Amino acid sequence: MIIAVASGKGGTGKTTIATNLVLSLEGSVRLLDCDVEEPNAHLFLKPRIESTTSIGIPVPCVDELRCTACGKCGQICQYSAIVALKTKPLTFPELCHGCGGCARICPSGAITEVSREIGTLEKGRSGNVEFVHGRLKIGEAMSPPLIRAVKKYIRQEGATIIDAPPGTSCPVIATVKDSDFVILVTEPTPFGLNDLMLAVEMIRELGTPFGVLINRADLGDDRVRDYCRAQGIQVLLEISNDRKIAEAYSKGILMIEVRPGLIDTFRELYARIGDIVSSGGSKGLPYSSEKGEI
Amino acid sequence: MKIVITSSGEAMDSQVDPRFGRAKTLILFDTETGLHQVVDNTQNLNAAQGAGIQAAEHVSRLGAQCLITGHCGPKAFRTLQAAGIKVIIGAEGTVTEAIENFRAGQYTTAEAADVDGHWM
Repeated sequence: MIIAVASGKGGTGKTTIATNLVLSLEGSVRLLDCDVEEPNAHLFLKPRIESTTSIGIPVPCVDELRCTACGKCGQICQYSAIVALKTKPLTFPELCHGCGGCARICPSGAITEVSREIGTLEKGRSGNVEFVHGRLKIGEAMSPPLIRAVKKYIRQEGATIIDAPPGTSCPVIATVKDSDFVILVTEPTPFGLNDLMLAVEMIRELGTPFGVLINRADLGDDRVRDYCRAQGIQVLLEISNDRKIAEAYSKGILMIEVRPGLIDTFRELYARIGDIVSSGGSKGLPYSSEKGEI
Repeated sequence: MKIVITSSGEAMDSQVDPRFGRAKTLILFDTETGLHQVVDNTQNLNAAQGAGIQAAEHVSRLGAQCLITGHCGPKAFRTLQAAGIKVIIGAEGTVTEAIENFRAGQYTTAEAADVDGHWM
């Protein structure tokens, strides 16, 4: 099963939930950290890195001897990355999205593709957990190609837990697309609710089954619960604010190490998600709320 | 000779727009006939990226040989240079004044961009 852990608001506990969930499961499990702009799952999983690969996107290289200055490459480019004036084309590799359109459309075969590095992919292991993450190069604006490279390590057997970036834009959509289920981690505050609503809107567009996990659940107010109830969204789990967990977190220590009772809680969460997915999604399920026992 | 001046409005007494790529309006002026044409640039004003490149391409297509503006970014400058268009930066005042200054030979052409790009 492929489960993406997303949020809306940053800092709600995506990485916390993703890492503790994957380590609570047995068998063939893996964690893919797709927050390539700021990967942090490795701080808690502490994997032994086994390989590092450079990941690039294809950018155009023009053979000026073959170019007839027809201008078709500049016309097809949506990003101003290749511009055909009366003379030979100019390329701006930093604007290129690697769509391959210019190379395809060139009638003289003057455009070949060369790789421009956008980041690296690291693969490793932490106990029984296979670990993969991407590190986007500093100054690089485009994460989806690197996210797609990390997602190549998704496998159908066992559990694939994907740690998503915060927010609801391009990188998040590239991450959660084609997952079996999305856990939306939120906090019971006005900011949490605002961004949760945006995330719900996004996930509904994608049509993926999803549920909400309320972290630090005894802080704030009831508006998130009221919203979920009104929207028919299942609250899968509530985790109370716990200073011991917070202190451990600040040292890179997992919550299941200081509160081992949560291991069973996460296993049950996984099983419940499995039931939802195999019964065809969580649309129309009544509001219910499971409290996690610490 | 055709020249382009970036303008904040459609009238000849509009202020020169200090931006090039995201200028609201381009005034195409023919020094031989004294006639001008108002060219809308709002598509590039609103572009997510490549505004300077697209504006430069547009200036090239208009057949201009010289651009007069306030500032010019690196990608726009590179594109204009490849198109053989001279770039004058630091122009101020109205479009009419800019044209007079140009005719009086008061401007020097730029050797390089004078500002960074906005996006990357």
